[in-house]
Amino acid sequence: MSGIATLPARAPGAERPVLRERGQREVFCGLTGIIWLHRKIQDAFFLVVGSRTCAHLIQSAAGVMIFAEPRFATAIIDERDLAGIADANDELDAVVAQLLQRRPDIKLLFLVGSCPSEVIKLDLSRAALRLGRQFGPDVRVLNYSGSGIETTFTQGEDACLASLVPVLPDTEAAELLVVGALADVVEDQFARLFAAMGIGTVRFLPPRQAALLPAVGPGTRFLLAQPFLADTARALEERGAVRIPAPFPLGVEGTTLWLQAAASAFGVSAASFSSATALPQERGRRAVARYRTELAGKRIFFFPDSQMEIPLARFVSRELSMQAIEAGTPFLHRQHLAEELDLLPESVALSEGQDVERQLDRCRAARPDLVVCGLGLANPLEAEGLTTKWSIELLFTPVQGYDQAGDLAELFARPLVRRMRLAV
Amino acid sequence: MKLTLWTYEGPPHVGAMRVATAMEGLHYVLHAPQGDTYADLLFTMIERQAKRPPVTYTTFQARDLGGDTAELFKNAALEAYERFKPQALLVGASCTAELIQDDPGGLARALGLPIPVVAVELPAYQKKENWGSAETFYQLVRAFAVKTGPAPSARCNILGPTALGFRHRDDVTEIVRLLDRLGVAVNVIAPLGATPADLARLGDASFNIVLYPETGMQAAAWLSRQFGQKTVKAVPIGVGATRDFIAEVAALAGVDPAPLLDPEESRLPWYSRSVDSTYLTGKRVFIFGDATHAIAAARIASEELGFTVVGLGTYSREFAREVREAATRYGIEATISDDYLEVEARITELQPELVLGTQMERHIAKRLGIPCATISAPVHVQDFPARYSPQMGFEGANVIFDTWVHPLMMGLEEHLLHMFRDDPEFHDDAGASHLAQAAPVLDAAATPQWNSAAEKELKKIPFFVRGKARRNTERFAVDQGLSDITLETLYDAKAHFGR
Repeated sequence: MSGIATLPARAPGAERPVLRERGQREVFCGLTGIIWLHRKIQDAFFLVVGSRTCAHLIQSAAGVMIFAEPRFATAIIDERDLAGIADANDELDAVVAQLLQRRPDIKLLFLVGSCPSEVIKLDLSRAALRLGRQFGPDVRVLNYSGSGIETTFTQGEDACLASLVPVLPDTEAAELLVVGALADVVEDQFARLFAAMGIGTVRFLPPRQAALLPAVGPGTRFLLAQPFLADTARALEERGAVRIPAPFPLGVEGTTLWLQAAASAFGVSAASFSSATALPQERGRRAVARYRTELAGKRIFFFPDSQMEIPLARFVSRELSMQAIEAGTPFLHRQHLAEELDLLPESVALSEGQDVERQLDRCRAARPDLVVCGLGLANPLEAEGLTTKWSIELLFTPVQGYDQAGDLAELFARPLVRRMRLAV
Repeated sequence: MKLTLWTYEGPPHVGAMRVATAMEGLHYVLHAPQGDTYADLLFTMIERQAKRPPVTYTTFQARDLGGDTAELFKNAALEAYERFKPQALLVGASCTAELIQDDPGGLARALGLPIPVVAVELPAYQKKENWGSAETFYQLVRAFAVKTGPAPSARCNILGPTALGFRHRDDVTEIVRLLDRLGVAVNVIAPLGATPADLARLGDASFNIVLYPETGMQAAAWLSRQFGQKTVKAVPIGVGATRDFIAEVAALAGVDPAPLLDPEESRLPWYSRSVDSTYLTGKRVFIFGDATHAIAAARIASEELGFTVVGLGTYSREFAREVREAATRYGIEATISDDYLEVEARITELQPELVLGTQMERHIAKRLGIPCATISAPVHVQDFPARYSPQMGFEGANVIFDTWVHPLMMGLEEHLLHMFRDDPEFHDDAGASHLAQAAPVLDAAATPQWNSAAEKELKKIPFFVRGKARRNTERFAVDQGLSDITLETLYDAKAHFGR
């Protein structure tokens, strides 16, 4: 078997071919998004309504339990709820009351659905309405599903943000909205760049505080900061907002095109754009350049994980001169990724969904210099002699924007540098 | 429904994974939705296993629920058999699959595979991880163990060690060495390292050693009933318990225990008697863990280190009775709870001087500023050390002495602190002599000044790299001859130095 996904030849003008697979998926479910979302929205609490598995997943994925008392928890369903001995809704109300009594600082409570709560058809939207009446207006109660039967990893953030859209205030103003959780430091950099090019008001979703929900309306132009926000974008469009198509702000090129798309939508002059971005662009290029020498020509293989794989493959191909063999993604949103796909070299094979065993076969046959994969696969592949980069770090580390472009490149360089240093 | 912040145990199918991952030649097909594969990282990351757990997940999604999830299971089982060619297949359901009631056992058997299929039913809404391990191991033993002729009296099995166990691998090494010196042969060690074929040979021993009752006792009880094999009950954690264990094994095997009862076998007794340990006397200690490790720790703390046990508890409800009995020996009431908040409240209330617990208690103790050592699962990656560090046997006692005493201040050190309490160079606020004061001080006039925007930005950088970012930026500013540090300087420096 060749190391490259075998795809039918592409007819001129036809859509780029994608290998679609189904089988065992070595990915997290949408609950995992809680780990970064609860750090982002600092007065929100995420209550998973699920099983012991859900609780165990979140604490295992969080890796180290560094938070004194985290702003997430699980209401664990037990046999009494299933057998109908206890009314699951009454039980949930009691858990929420207990929780809010303990944490009076909470202003926004998300009831997060899971596989078991979906299968037993526990209606969390009704529960959210009921609890909202009881605890509002001090506490807003919303719900979304992070279940594995419906969401893959980052789709949990999409579901969470989509649940916020209906409660955003109305506005008629022509404003820019940046959508997708970014590290605060990155968000502030973008705010400064937009200000420097003269775009007046820029708002961010999710906000840092529940009270700072951005307004939305027909004047809103929104820019996706993350490639996995299909439902959120649809919900915003239903409110009249218009998406600004752009690649994603990964790498210097991606960041420039992303900012440029907003600048064009808001009529920023070429001169203003260039005076705002020339310096950081140049700085970003300098930071990336130091890693290009190490990484140029190296072959890289992406297992599906966060839906960031295609923008990342574009970045490593175009700015680091790496050779991406396969970019796997759990889900390919052709519309939101159109600009990315135009930039991605034709030689990169695309795959959607996963059959992990077959994908491992392809990866082993290709013998890439670097494999980007999840935590369950990384050590076993290292033990087979392949070099790996844990994909989850690409989500937990600030990587967007000019001043993080070098950091992003470094994340790919470090495993290779490490392998070269070690003589044991 | 119960509010849970952290959980001591995972769901029971993770217990089954601990058995399957410990064994060789067994493959587990788990009917489970997307996302349940998270459990793989427990083994590959926390335990640093170099191999993926031998588990195939069916990965059903919402769109499959209306269709044929049973077919999905059959395909997954068939493909797993063809790809991995195991000696036997273990099949079961995770919490969500339990609700859709597909009967993995029946489906797998209907495939007519040429290997044995063992189905485990693990009620995820009632039971937890350790129970899942015990039940899975018991079902495997029942399925494979065969009654054979009489076995030599000095031959035993070692039952209970699993993957992801607290020091199981090193404990087994230590106990095998000890048995070897006693002249007792080890027939099968299981689940750790055993194949289904090895389980078939369990009958060739005259007694069983259960190192971890939480996972091994159920199988041992069955073997005792079916094959008349005796069970060694003493768990050799601590010097006293190790001696009890040797005596019990020697009696069953008909060998002489004397060579191993030499007081010099462990350094713990002498270290504990040496004068530096005087300061350990009566230290108030809180103990929490699985039942076996908690009970053993209380005995060591009390009899072998001279601590005062002020709290003792377990999250293993199955062994609540044993822990309650142990607690009465120390005149206290046991804390039987899997509620992290309750354990935290108990520790806060008792104000111990040392906490011996799991990963969770380590976390609580850190927050309360109390020294802490880990004695039981669940544990994190740092509790799978590279060095040999058993908890069991005489070497285990040495390891325990070091591990527990290390977080405390040494006797001589404590004594000196008291003596020099009011010394101007040696008081609480003076800081350690080997730290800050020794660092080169930049000439204040030459140090560039941070403007407020840059200072604010610096605070957004994660605390663990902030110091490095500050130093690099200042160095960069000095090199560039800048007197002020602005946002631009901060990012120019970042681009200059990289990470």
